[in-house]
Amino acid sequence: MSRIKSCFDELRTDGRKALVPYVTAGDPSPGVTVPLMHEMVKAGADIIELGVPFSDPMADGSVIQKASERALKHNVSLKDVLVMVQRFREVDDKTPVVLMGYLNPIEVMGVETFAKAAGRAGVDGVLTVDLPPEEADELLVALQGQQCDPIFLLSPTTNEARVSKICAAASGFVYYVAVKGITGAGNLDVAAVEEKVAQIRRQTDLPVGVGFGIKDAASAAAVSKIADAVIVGSALVRKVEESDGQSDRLISDISGLLGEMRQAMDE
Amino acid sequence: MQNNVGQNSGVDLMSLPDEHGHFGPYGGIFAAETLMGPLEELRQAYETHLKDPAFIKALDHDLKHFVGRPSPLYHAERWSQQVGGAQIYLKREDLNHTGAHKVNNTVGQALLAKAMGKPRVIAETGAGQHGVATATVAARFGLECVVYMGAEDIKRQAINVYRMKLLGATVVPVESGSKTLKDALNEAMRDWVTNIDHTFYIIGTVAGPHPYPVMVRDFQSIIGREAREQIQEQTGRLPDALVACVGGGSNAMGLFYPFLNDKSVKLYGVEAAGDGLETGRHAAPLCKGRPGVLHGNRTYLMEDENGQIIETHSVSAGLDYPGVGPEHAWLKDCGAAEYVAITDDEALNAFHTLTRIEGIMPALESSHALAYGAKLAATMDQDKSIIINLSGRGDKDIHTVAALEGITV
Repeated sequence: MSRIKSCFDELRTDGRKALVPYVTAGDPSPGVTVPLMHEMVKAGADIIELGVPFSDPMADGSVIQKASERALKHNVSLKDVLVMVQRFREVDDKTPVVLMGYLNPIEVMGVETFAKAAGRAGVDGVLTVDLPPEEADELLVALQGQQCDPIFLLSPTTNEARVSKICAAASGFVYYVAVKGITGAGNLDVAAVEEKVAQIRRQTDLPVGVGFGIKDAASAAAVSKIADAVIVGSALVRKVEESDGQSDRLISDISGLLGEMRQAMDE
Repeated sequence: MQNNVGQNSGVDLMSLPDEHGHFGPYGGIFAAETLMGPLEELRQAYETHLKDPAFIKALDHDLKHFVGRPSPLYHAERWSQQVGGAQIYLKREDLNHTGAHKVNNTVGQALLAKAMGKPRVIAETGAGQHGVATATVAARFGLECVVYMGAEDIKRQAINVYRMKLLGATVVPVESGSKTLKDALNEAMRDWVTNIDHTFYIIGTVAGPHPYPVMVRDFQSIIGREAREQIQEQTGRLPDALVACVGGGSNAMGLFYPFLNDKSVKLYGVEAAGDGLETGRHAAPLCKGRPGVLHGNRTYLMEDENGQIIETHSVSAGLDYPGVGPEHAWLKDCGAAEYVAITDDEALNAFHTLTRIEGIMPALESSHALAYGAKLAATMDQDKSIIINLSGRGDKDIHTVAALEGITV
């Protein structure tokens, strides 16, 4: 069983929702990422989403795009990200790690080589933003047998037929993009999200995560009432930007915000 | 990969792409989920309207009376004589309204935007030609227009930036990445995904997710349809070769497409070799890159060993792009077209030559095709003919040319 399934099973038993922070690997420098991952778990993270830097992150807003640029200044590659996961796993064998990124670095490494390396490193899920299920056959086959879940996005523009097609290809959980737009943009319309999540639940038993537009403890708490997982990205990455390269400060700022969200979600 | 199903095998190259937008292994839809529904809606609208006689009538009307088509096919006799080989014919897309081939496509997409009830259009631009062509049709059809342009390109193409503003467009400088065309495309895509309900994204080249590569090719193939008739009227037969520059590749695809099944016609796409292919400072993914996924499709890319897209270099902003349309990738692999490259210096020489010998000032993009066309013609007999796509006029480039020669205009 993948770590993601065990994680959601355990949370369900406890009556809690998953808090899923996103950070870009190697931002602002490669040494920060593994300690930051451990601190996020301590602050209440259940699953960690680790961004793989890419030169042309088309679906991301300026906050995460700049995070990619900071990491790429240090030439952080997909291979380096897998090493980070491996080092995290040496200490933490429980917290699921999902890689989030774009297809091209995977294609260059070779889809099969990547899937095997990800499995070995202890990656539990792979979300490839620009790879819809229609084009994903090769990756889906490669991830099978690596205990690695293919995670797909659903959006406000996804019609019912597509929801069912995507859920059939996905495992672990599905990720509902709560706003039309890029990461870090827009304001959350909780009622609209609730309606769409209900529609998704009619078509799948997979846990439903909700991300995009969750900025603070209040929005995290609101989303945790309707979703199985609350995914937070730009609000955390902004803390990295504001820390101006001071790793102590960014770790404590991110842990602080996650702690507030955890508390609000569990109340 | 050499599939050997090119012009010589009897395979109908004009039948591609398949229903999912694939040209062999290239093309497809590699887009974030939010765009999948809108792309499908666009595909359906495009296919429906293309069969609608009223839509085609409106398109033909504007191509004739607004763009000024058909564009002439001009026999460059003095230049042909100087080169001393095949007869060179120039397809005069530089004479279109707004001065380049780009407007053929923007008229089509703007009509589609109107038909789909979208009041706002956005575009990316490199040299500014596509931005100007989009701003122009937006003014013509009363649409709001926002153009994304790399901050570097804005510096290189000040005249086109002002032209777009005069036409009522908002020009947004893009400061991310290499601050050129690829980053402008990223930013336009971000705008589209955010404003999807009321916005139509007018992509300027035969790249992007399906249906863009086929749609832009179809709108641009008026170039090849006209040229195919005109050359037969003037010479009594088909040409022996076609030559066009390739950045994203829309003017080349537009010229090539109606000839794809003519086995006797050789096709040459000319990429930008910048400082020289051996220097690494170029924009020639088909000559020197490898397949990957960027901007919604699988195609040849300029990338590093980790799959990060690398910065390109060319004296011409319109060729300064690390990818290329997926149909070109396919034509390369199956041997149906040959892709070559021309350096900045060679293109500049061709710019001056055509200006002085024929009294036609070509765009620096088109100058790449002219430079290769002259080399090719010189190897051919005088009773042969080639068509070079003169895709745009050079007025926008005179500051660049002057600066390279140390002259302040």
